[in-house]
Amino acid sequence: MQLSEYTQQPAPVQAPDDVQAPWRRADAEPFVRIENVSKHFGEFVAVDNVSLDIYQSELFCLLGGSGSGKSTLLRMLAGFETPTSGRILIDGVDISAIPAWKRPVNMMFQSYALFPHLSVADNVAFGLKRDGVPRAEVKKRVAEMLDLVQLGHLGRRKPHQLSGGQRQRAALARALIKRPKLLLLDEPLGALDKKLREETQFELINIQENLGVTFMVVTHDQEEAMTLSTRIGVMNQGEIVQVGEPHDLYEYPQNRFVAEFVGSVNLFEGQVTEDETDFVRIHSPEAGSSFFINHGISCAPGQKVWAAVRPEKIRISRDKPEQADNCLEGTIDEVAYMGSLSVFRVLLPGGRQIRVTKPNMARRFDERLNYRDRVWLSWSGDSCVVLTS
Amino acid sequence: MNSMSQSAPLAVGRRRPSWLRLPGRLIPGRSLVASVPTLWLGLFFLIPFAVVLKISLAETAIAVPPYTSLFEWDGAVAALSLNLGNYQFLFEDSLYLDAYLNSIKVAAISTLITLIIAFPMAYVIARATPGRRVVLLSLVILPFWTSFLLRVYAWMGFLKKNGVVNDVLLSLGLIDQPLTMLQTDFAVYIGIIYTYLPFMILPLYSALEKLDDSLLEAAEDLGCRPLQRFWLVVVPLSLPGIVAGSLLVFIPAVGEFVIPALLGSSDTLMIGRVLWDEFFLNRDWPMASAVATMMLLFLVVPIMLLRNGQGRKEEAA
Repeated sequence: MQLSEYTQQPAPVQAPDDVQAPWRRADAEPFVRIENVSKHFGEFVAVDNVSLDIYQSELFCLLGGSGSGKSTLLRMLAGFETPTSGRILIDGVDISAIPAWKRPVNMMFQSYALFPHLSVADNVAFGLKRDGVPRAEVKKRVAEMLDLVQLGHLGRRKPHQLSGGQRQRAALARALIKRPKLLLLDEPLGALDKKLREETQFELINIQENLGVTFMVVTHDQEEAMTLSTRIGVMNQGEIVQVGEPHDLYEYPQNRFVAEFVGSVNLFEGQVTEDETDFVRIHSPEAGSSFFINHGISCAPGQKVWAAVRPEKIRISRDKPEQADNCLEGTIDEVAYMGSLSVFRVLLPGGRQIRVTKPNMARRFDERLNYRDRVWLSWSGDSCVVLTS
Repeated sequence: MNSMSQSAPLAVGRRRPSWLRLPGRLIPGRSLVASVPTLWLGLFFLIPFAVVLKISLAETAIAVPPYTSLFEWDGAVAALSLNLGNYQFLFEDSLYLDAYLNSIKVAAISTLITLIIAFPMAYVIARATPGRRVVLLSLVILPFWTSFLLRVYAWMGFLKKNGVVNDVLLSLGLIDQPLTMLQTDFAVYIGIIYTYLPFMILPLYSALEKLDDSLLEAAEDLGCRPLQRFWLVVVPLSLPGIVAGSLLVFIPAVGEFVIPALLGSSDTLMIGRVLWDEFFLNRDWPMASAVATMMLLFLVVPIMLLRNGQGRKEEAA
């Protein structure tokens, strides 16, 4: 397989070399620049003053719920919507005024949008033919591309004769064949069942890394965003709320929306009682306790803040832990056994519920914690994040 | 091991035993439903057609009805006499062939113009908001509330020398003399196109309505200019509608009688009028029947095309 032909850049930077990640270097030139882009539909503001830099060969995910504006932003990049204000630059060229059919951008549609009257090979060839690529070259490149997505033997089938996963790969091949500078993927795995989705995720990453094309994925599925992307931009109500690597978003959310949207979290409203450079103490009436967090924050004394703890960072035990930064006693209210782990809902004396997950390390049932057991919850000071908004 | 031995008989048990399946086969639900239209077609199409075919093989006679019978029975000998002379005459007298060809020409041109007018209309309706779509569709169907004959008479009022169209053109100063529009081929085309436009719009609409917007966007995304997008995506995907609409216009237009009779001149040679004249002016029932039978043969071909097209559409879906 001649991957080199589709590669636009010298081999893309591989993940372990974290220092090389372009978004961490001050001198790196962004490949796609979205500058103060807004989109209004009458009174409704779909996208509100979004600025975003995406680097060459990135796999960037726009994550958000329905109506968050992520699809509108994607459609503006494709050229199906015109920004009300702002500019979009790709590789230094302002594409705002270029019609969709001239842009160096291709899109993989959520419904795949394969032409039902054309065979798979003709679907893939469609874009090349419009560019007047010579017949022989079209044939060669289509064959290569179909091999790349493992559809080499199915080129003569019509789309309706393919399975869901095959259709997804045909759509990917069609979108990639013109060697776009930017590939847009709208919920690329949304129509696949869970098992197929997991396999396809890694396939997609492999293809992206091999070709070095910059990918921009829109999804509402945070798990999909976490596994796929180099960076994620979380959108809410037309705005980008936070941009970061999956790890950053999960472990260091900047506000309650991100903390709750990416993964699940226990949030406690409270007030700062002690604010030192290397630790803070927060009193939370609803937990009936004070929390110790071993990193400083910048906030006014007495300000309302939220302490956020992820369910898997809480230890749950029958006996009171001898030494713990934070410790609460409660009763198990509900247990959900999920095979690899169990999810507990623990009721605090004040009526507040806390979600805790615990891997099921023992096979025997009688060792497990059960409904109405009195338990102790504990977590260390660095497992907790303080959020001010 | 235990669970395996349990599941095996269960899997077999899922099939209904043969004595349970039998009654289902005995109740002829499907054929019962199909029998009604079959009976209808047989009673009102095949039998009348057989009668017409029979008459076409007879000879004219001064009698009631005005043709000879095919069977003769003189008490001892039964004779069957088939007269192919009518069909032979169809090809000998150029009048009939000209009428056939002219009918097909008029029908084909009208179909093409109807298609050109109907396509943008159907496209706009299919792309309109659901609320407006209902209004636009009822506007298309609205003319059917008035009798077809009345609408053709209305066109006579429009097109005649001192009719609406001439009055408007004269008052605007666009013409000095009233135009002769009535009793021309032009008026026939106007009449056919006007009458059959809804039959073109509706199948086109139903084809275009199914067209997924993302397919158009995909075409654009892959480098199609708007016109290319139309030819490469919209037309191929609405082909079933184009074929269905064209046949719905073409077939009745070939045999059209009322429109050329009322709007056309006596020179407008169309097979429907020839048929009428043979029956009612010449009282030559066998000849008229032969003309009708030939016309049916001419029209069977496009019907076959339609059936083929539908078959292919179903295969693709």
